[in-house]
Amino acid sequence: MSSISEKGAVTGIGETEYSRSSGRSSTRLQMEASLKAIADAGLSPQDIDGVIPYATGDTVAEDFITNLNLPDLRFSATTPLGGASVLASLQAAICAVDAGVANHVLIPIGRNGASGIGGRIGSRVQNLPQFRLVGEFEMPLGQIAPAQLYAHMARRHMEEFGTTSEQLGEIAVTIRNHALLNDNAIMKEPMTLEGHQNSRMISDPLRLFDCCLESDGAAAVIVSSAERAQDMAQPPIYVMGIAEGHPDSPSTITQRPDLTKLGTAKAAPRAFEMAGVKHSEIDVAEIYDCFTYIVLCQLEDLGFCKKGEGGDFVQGGRIALGGELPINTHGGLLSQAHMIGLNHVVELTRQLRGQAGRAQVKDAEIGLVTGYGDMGDGAVAIMRR
Amino acid sequence: MQEHVIERLRPNPTQDTKPYWDGLLKGQVLIQQCADCGIFRHYPRPVCPQCHSMAFDWREIEGHGTVHSWTVSYHAFHLAFKKDLPTAYITVDLPEGVRLCAPLRGDGIDDLAIGKQVNIGVEKLDADLAIPIVRIAQQS
Repeated sequence: MSSISEKGAVTGIGETEYSRSSGRSSTRLQMEASLKAIADAGLSPQDIDGVIPYATGDTVAEDFITNLNLPDLRFSATTPLGGASVLASLQAAICAVDAGVANHVLIPIGRNGASGIGGRIGSRVQNLPQFRLVGEFEMPLGQIAPAQLYAHMARRHMEEFGTTSEQLGEIAVTIRNHALLNDNAIMKEPMTLEGHQNSRMISDPLRLFDCCLESDGAAAVIVSSAERAQDMAQPPIYVMGIAEGHPDSPSTITQRPDLTKLGTAKAAPRAFEMAGVKHSEIDVAEIYDCFTYIVLCQLEDLGFCKKGEGGDFVQGGRIALGGELPINTHGGLLSQAHMIGLNHVVELTRQLRGQAGRAQVKDAEIGLVTGYGDMGDGAVAIMRR
Repeated sequence: MQEHVIERLRPNPTQDTKPYWDGLLKGQVLIQQCADCGIFRHYPRPVCPQCHSMAFDWREIEGHGTVHSWTVSYHAFHLAFKKDLPTAYITVDLPEGVRLCAPLRGDGIDDLAIGKQVNIGVEKLDADLAIPIVRIAQQS
């Protein structure tokens, strides 16, 4: 079987400012981020011939044709994996540019997650079709929000392996410290472990500071074939390995045989094999962080430590800048903004270009980014400069 | 002062799932059993995941199980549930080999543990909606 390893590259990135009240439509935000990404790549809008809008967003491919005046869009698709969609889209985009279906594929994400019409994200996820089982069988009982649904996974992990709330706090504090280095992060105040422990309980064991932000803004990336990427404005960031994985019982956590495993556990071995790299070669990792526990679980499912050892792994500065595996150098969904993980792809690209400012990991050559979505979908990409 | 009525969250059953909700209204928790290979499945769906048969029977569960995991919710994500907070939601392993998720009623919220014995019951919320509930089994 032929592989898409090294066949595609991220060639452009763009972001708006992140806030809790953008004052602009999500479509406009996405056009702003898209134009920045197109300019960053050294392209003009008419060069874009593929677009993968967010599957459950409110902006469709036609909106990009209309607003950007795209003359001949040849490829569009959607990948409904919630927070793993972004990397599933990256995989689809690489397939398209490698096959010659399109030359430059735009992947935009934008939302008014904090201020938006239709309610805040936490109260509207139940309308997603992939939440149907939860919507019918768990929501009428009062189990509505991801914080409640995912808490069963976290509690099971704690009871089986002795994982503690303080260890989850270590993740939140580390990521906050990284956000303080980022001018485009929503959270500006330091967080202490004590502050994490004193934050109110949302759905035990998940406290307020274990939960990500709901935010406004947009991000976009451009994906081009590896061959074209060599002659573009920015140093190309090649995708060495990429995979998506769907957990058993993908639409409800309740019925999953092993509550402590995500789709990431299926995707990770395939991504690492495709990339041909070892875990010790990863210089920086941007881990989808809708909740602290989901970071811990993914680090295990990715193979950075064994199942059950995530709590120990995240302690002692290992995941902080200067540590063995710095994660979420931009502040993540927990403290920068919730851009469904496209901000993670943007940040990894910056890191590998050497454009990450105060959060730059010295000599970062190979990095990893994950997505996680819905009731446990996972996706992993390994990239290099 | 006119009381503000908070509308409940209600299921929107399909042909595959309606017997489950109808059973609850009659005080029964029903799950599907494959008529060919005999395994139980839940939540309701048209096809047996083991043998792909579409023939099945609805069976009333034995009515007990053990705690697999849980959460205790303190935040009202919907106003209809605010009066019940904090509420424990229990993921229960049933002897039939499937799981059931339901809110805890009665005592026991402070000493939940994996493996704890629970009983499953039904709570009628109004004329059109009944839900499964969990109670901690009394020590014999």
